[in-house]
Amino acid sequence: MTQHCDDPVILNQWHPLSSFNEIVVGQKHRTVLLGRSLFYQQTAQGELFVWSCDNVSFVLPTKRAYGFLWTSLGIPPDELFAVGEIDEPDRQNVATGVFGVNVSFGRAIENFLDMGHFPFVHTGILGEEPHTEVKEYDVDVSESRDEIMATRCRFYQPQASLASEAGADVDYIFRVPHTNCALLYKSSPGYEAEGRMDVIYMFLQPMGPEWTRAHTGMCVIDVANSYESIRYFQQIIFGQDKSILENQFPKRLPLDSRAETPIRADKSAIAYRRWLAKKGLTYGVIPSI
Amino acid sequence: MKVDLSQWHPVASSSDLPLRHVYQGQLWGHELAIWRADDGHVNVWENRCLHRGVRLSIGLNEGSELRCLYHGWRYANRTAGCTYIPAHPADAPARTVCNNTYQCIEKYGLVWSAVAPERSFETPVTLTDTAPLTLRAIPINAPSDLVQKFATDYPYGMVTHKSDTSMTLQSGASELQLFFQPVDSGKTIIRGLLIPQPVDPIVALRHHNAMMTALRDKIELAVSGLSPPRAIEVEFKPVAKDLAQMPNINTAGPKVEFRAKVAKKWITSQNVMAFRLEAFSEQFPTFQPGAHIDVSLPNGMLRQYSLTNGPGQTDHYTIGVKRDVASRGGSICLHDDVQEGDVIAISAPHNNFPLRRDAVKTILISGGIGITPLLSMAQALKAQGLPFELHIFVQTAADLAFPEILHDLDGLTKTYMGLSPRATRNVISGVLANYVAAQHVYICGPGVMLEAAREAAKKCGWPDEAVHFEYFKNSKEIDYKTTFEIALSRSALTLQVPAGKTILQILRENGIEVPSSCEQGACGTCLMTVIGGEPDHQDVYLSTKEKASNQKIITCVSRSKSNQLVLDI
Repeated sequence: MTQHCDDPVILNQWHPLSSFNEIVVGQKHRTVLLGRSLFYQQTAQGELFVWSCDNVSFVLPTKRAYGFLWTSLGIPPDELFAVGEIDEPDRQNVATGVFGVNVSFGRAIENFLDMGHFPFVHTGILGEEPHTEVKEYDVDVSESRDEIMATRCRFYQPQASLASEAGADVDYIFRVPHTNCALLYKSSPGYEAEGRMDVIYMFLQPMGPEWTRAHTGMCVIDVANSYESIRYFQQIIFGQDKSILENQFPKRLPLDSRAETPIRADKSAIAYRRWLAKKGLTYGVIPSI
Repeated sequence: MKVDLSQWHPVASSSDLPLRHVYQGQLWGHELAIWRADDGHVNVWENRCLHRGVRLSIGLNEGSELRCLYHGWRYANRTAGCTYIPAHPADAPARTVCNNTYQCIEKYGLVWSAVAPERSFETPVTLTDTAPLTLRAIPINAPSDLVQKFATDYPYGMVTHKSDTSMTLQSGASELQLFFQPVDSGKTIIRGLLIPQPVDPIVALRHHNAMMTALRDKIELAVSGLSPPRAIEVEFKPVAKDLAQMPNINTAGPKVEFRAKVAKKWITSQNVMAFRLEAFSEQFPTFQPGAHIDVSLPNGMLRQYSLTNGPGQTDHYTIGVKRDVASRGGSICLHDDVQEGDVIAISAPHNNFPLRRDAVKTILISGGIGITPLLSMAQALKAQGLPFELHIFVQTAADLAFPEILHDLDGLTKTYMGLSPRATRNVISGVLANYVAAQHVYICGPGVMLEAAREAAKKCGWPDEAVHFEYFKNSKEIDYKTTFEIALSRSALTLQVPAGKTILQILRENGIEVPSSCEQGACGTCLMTVIGGEPDHQDVYLSTKEKASNQKIITCVSRSKSNQLVLDI
């Protein structure tokens, strides 16, 4: 069951519908956004159309960005957030798969920003006991760009690079430039000295307040691994997160500061909840009392 | 349908709780995580980790603690208090970080609970002094009032008794007691008890299973045309205000707020008396390994003793007290005057000696009675399967306290007897050789031994952060000669501290209450925050780093280097 959305904060945004990899030219595809059933199609001439399943004359705006088709049910801004790395010539932008998850987009974004669960949920891959400490990091909400940045993040990763057997701290930067999109920057094996980082992103399509499709992708320098292996890796990571996310309760993200018990490691999540509350978002969240 | 949250209902069968399992139940829409600890205690908790809302029913029952699957937070049997947060291994979690629990009782093969009980559990009259047979629970997709209406026709016998939650059917000398567990507005579980136990229980179980299934089919057919009722909206209680922010380090002094009964007093080794303290009605708060309590003695003294308890032992606290004739009378009073059955006042546990559990190896070194906090740590590490070794230094075999705990730690301990200070130092240097990153050492014992161990650790390349120690005595010579002024920022008072008197004494003389314990700069009870001025640290409690920050002072021994010291009091 879905319900229609009347929250202007989320209606007036661009939302991802599909990567172009998955769009068959000339074929009508069907999906759901904010409780509304939509068709989308790319013509042989490359034109894009998105319209309501219930009403052929309700045609929605479209945008092509970062390998994805975006649309909006309201009045979207001209520009989408910037991801400069995607334009760098020696990088490959790979869509790594779509995952349905029965939880609000807010819970999924918070999980994407969270390092503390690595040893427990992604055991042996992104973390490993006993290395469980989340070291102090910085969180900044940029007024000018209207986005959240978490910097100086470090977390112990077993087999941190392909070259070494041993574990080491890996550097991360997290970015939330959109209510339902987040990116992380992670040191790129072989390019640490240059300070260049791989970009891993998650663009969420809120289908309902407690129902989300996650479009994932990576923008990496010099892909040594095949697309298959990158996709397979993302499938494992997201599969591990999915079982946790679908057991979170309540499924909507509670914005009240007393709804749950934060710790210092949750600084970025606290900033995210406050940022959403300040925007006045009501869809997919439990607003503060 | 009327929702009555005050009533007690069965929420699980005892057989739903096999070893180390977590069972998911539900009552009036409220999800429950039900689990049995290894000591037999059944816990009924709100099915939600207070950190990020993940169901606790997918967590791990580790026998004495429940571990959340998401971030590994550990919650103690009985109290549901958090004992460890892996993301911040050096911090002791605020003892108030606690999941929501429901009252529960296990009786007649069922676990009983209530969402908001107004009274304590009362045994249904018909069940007094019986050992009934528990029938298989039958879930039915229908509201409980409707299920109860249909159940009056259950083919067994006459309905002799009916209440809002149960029904008794009589057939000759036998009785069938039916309980209706309202799972949600449109879902009910029937739980039946047969009294007395039939001669052939298997035949009875099969028979009632078939009859109940037929009843379910009948009821579900009757409601099949109706639209299901809206699920009950469950409200979540907000967490305490102080927890909504990241818990600060507790700077308030200890309060002896709990009454404890001396349930058992026994000689655990030469000169060491052990005390088992039990709570009256309420539970004792959750403790973490390394924690101590303040004990208020009949002679007016306040003394601190480490807990020796293992994880999940939340129904009692155990302490060990060494008889010290040279002391000011605390230990003598406990040894000679406090008897089994006496009531004493104790504080909630404080942890100034927290155990990190992110070490690749943990080394515990104890001297004499310093074994007590390390016993608690060793049991926690063992339960979690983390690598550690416990080195015990004593004079003679008769000095080994708590042999029953040491017996359980068999193979993980190493005992050294009657060594000279020099030999002790050599052994410790050997133990601390070959430092590897992410190892941690915890030392508790006499001052001389601690100094030797700290020195050895430094020589072997151990960083300060990896060396943790707890003194029980300050053996430094203290200089009381200086004169200075203290300004109390919150009390708007300025006082002179003359030579020969301590800050603590001057505060007390001026009517300001400050809790204290050892009064020799070892325990940390009289800690205060410094806002201005430069303290002259003479304690052994604060770490080198804390001393250098000049933000804290131990007021029973430390003084001031500057003419004035501004204190936050």
